[in-house]
Amino acid sequence: MSTRRRSIAALAVIGAIVSCTAVEAGDSVTFVSQGGAYQEAQTKAILNPASKELGITIKQDSSPNAYPIIKTQVESGKVVWDLVDVPSGACIRGESINLYEKIDPALVPNAASLDPRMRDDYSVGYITYSTVLAYRSDKYGKNGPQSWADFWDVKKFPGSRSLRNFPRPTLEIALLADGVPRDKLYPLDVDRAFRKLEQIKPSIATWWTSGGQSAQLIADGEVDMIQAWNGRVSAVQKEGGAVTYGYNDAILETNSLCIPRGTPTKVAAMKLMNAAISPKLQAALPLLIDYGPANPAAFQTNLIPADRLAQLPSSPQNLAQQAVLSSEWWASPEGVKAEERWFSFMQKK
Amino acid sequence: MPSVSALRRAAIKEDALVLCLLAPAMLVVGLLLLLPLSWLAVQSIHNEQGFTLEYYRRLVEDSTYLDTFLTTFRISALVTLLSVILGYPVAYAAARLPRFWATLVLAMVVIPFWTSVLVRCYAWLVLLQRRGLVNQVLTGSGLIDGPLALVNNMTGTVIGTLHVMLPFMILPLYGVMQKIPQDLLVASSSLGAKPMTTFLRVFLPLSGPGVIAGAVLVFVICLGFYITPELLGGGRTILVSMLVQRDVEIFNQWGPASAASVVLLAVVLGIFWLINKLVPVEKILGVR
Repeated sequence: MSTRRRSIAALAVIGAIVSCTAVEAGDSVTFVSQGGAYQEAQTKAILNPASKELGITIKQDSSPNAYPIIKTQVESGKVVWDLVDVPSGACIRGESINLYEKIDPALVPNAASLDPRMRDDYSVGYITYSTVLAYRSDKYGKNGPQSWADFWDVKKFPGSRSLRNFPRPTLEIALLADGVPRDKLYPLDVDRAFRKLEQIKPSIATWWTSGGQSAQLIADGEVDMIQAWNGRVSAVQKEGGAVTYGYNDAILETNSLCIPRGTPTKVAAMKLMNAAISPKLQAALPLLIDYGPANPAAFQTNLIPADRLAQLPSSPQNLAQQAVLSSEWWASPEGVKAEERWFSFMQKK
Repeated sequence: MPSVSALRRAAIKEDALVLCLLAPAMLVVGLLLLLPLSWLAVQSIHNEQGFTLEYYRRLVEDSTYLDTFLTTFRISALVTLLSVILGYPVAYAAARLPRFWATLVLAMVVIPFWTSVLVRCYAWLVLLQRRGLVNQVLTGSGLIDGPLALVNNMTGTVIGTLHVMLPFMILPLYGVMQKIPQDLLVASSSLGAKPMTTFLRVFLPLSGPGVIAGAVLVFVICLGFYITPELLGGGRTILVSMLVQRDVEIFNQWGPASAASVVLLAVVLGIFWLINKLVPVEKILGVR
């Protein structure tokens, strides 16, 4: 090869090596949540301010069910997601198979202000939300279904219905409709729940699989009542949809943040985790979407107006009307078995 | 005159040359097709303890898997039948109309074919849903009282899948029909046959291989179809592809998913073997 060609080749090789290392040295964290209006609100309230404050680039991804993808990434050794926001049950389940990085308390001091039930060595509580019963106000007016027992009452409240194509918290909903008291739900009587669900199955027009789909179904009037997350329903209301919901008989759940084990940007991810649960940013999210902060210090910042507090799932007056989902039960073997049984239930005509 | 051994050497050399030219293509096929398929087959007979047939046993014993396979076959057969019935007239029109009209017909088949499947599925959702266009027109004109359940069930799945599959039926059929010589039809009528007789006894049998080719293509694609049943089926119409997806994504069980995939592949290969008895496979795949 001539000298000229050789030097060009050498430059190309050096350039390739330099660009590889340049990518590794940059502080970029891939944050993963569930997409839609929820993720847009997080971007505005938490991710953009945190990115500016910490000086890191935040890339985003979304998935309605991140747990199996996290498991595949960690087990294959190719971890692309650095900080994930998942239902707390996914954190508990993953911890038993060592899927997450241990949190360094020095990098995440805000974790100490959380309720001990909402944090552990591998995850921190992030937001609270509720599964509520939403219905079309143009169909039922002020006499809509107020409880899950009403949802099952097809004679008194005729109309098409939709439930989530997932056992959590649909099994709890079935048990509440069957009359089980809110504080006596766990351990779940799975047989009783599936029997109750068989009753309502013929009236279900469609079983939804993503939050966006549930919002579309009730917004379009495709169904007259639906089980949906409160944030999605209030987003529909804000856009002028004729939809009503309440917190009576709702089911409170939490999402937690955790870091898949083996991520190359562990330190930056923990710094972002700390920023995401800081009181100021936690108080900013409820102003854009109806999810409550997991960090109680957010209520003391006085950034949330009183009428807003009335709409949040974790505010005291709303908490009293709800059942709290047990992530421990769903992570237990009975919970996993119930998830598998769900598929056979859907399969039967 | 060259000696026998020289000729033999020349022949071997030529074979070796052909092999070298084929090698890149064979490598691609081997790496991208055969290797992943064998890995899939291995996964279906392996679990943590080693060799096992539990996944295949589960396919037979667990009624949900059996039901899923039956539903898949039923929907595939239905869609294939409907696509033959609806596709034949369109292919016939494209083959026999004057050029301008034939081009128009083909354009109307091919342009949706080039549109993304996802976009078409969502379009069907908008048309068929409870407050969708179809129901609005039907209830607005007073033809029916309440909205029809046209989507989020098997009806919607069949309609959407049929729409996607029709080009796969029409295009091969059109290809075969085009090659039927006009002279045969002219000869038939000159022998005194009425147009209907000409069609039934000359044209239809000659277009048979095209129908079989299209039907096989549609059936095989339907067996593995995922996106349309997922979006338009309402969660209730469960096909084998959705079963595989659920096993992998929600339960993270690669064994049963692989077993179901291997069984599906075996069924497809079995279909091709059976069809080969009727019509040589080369004709279906278009090999001259």
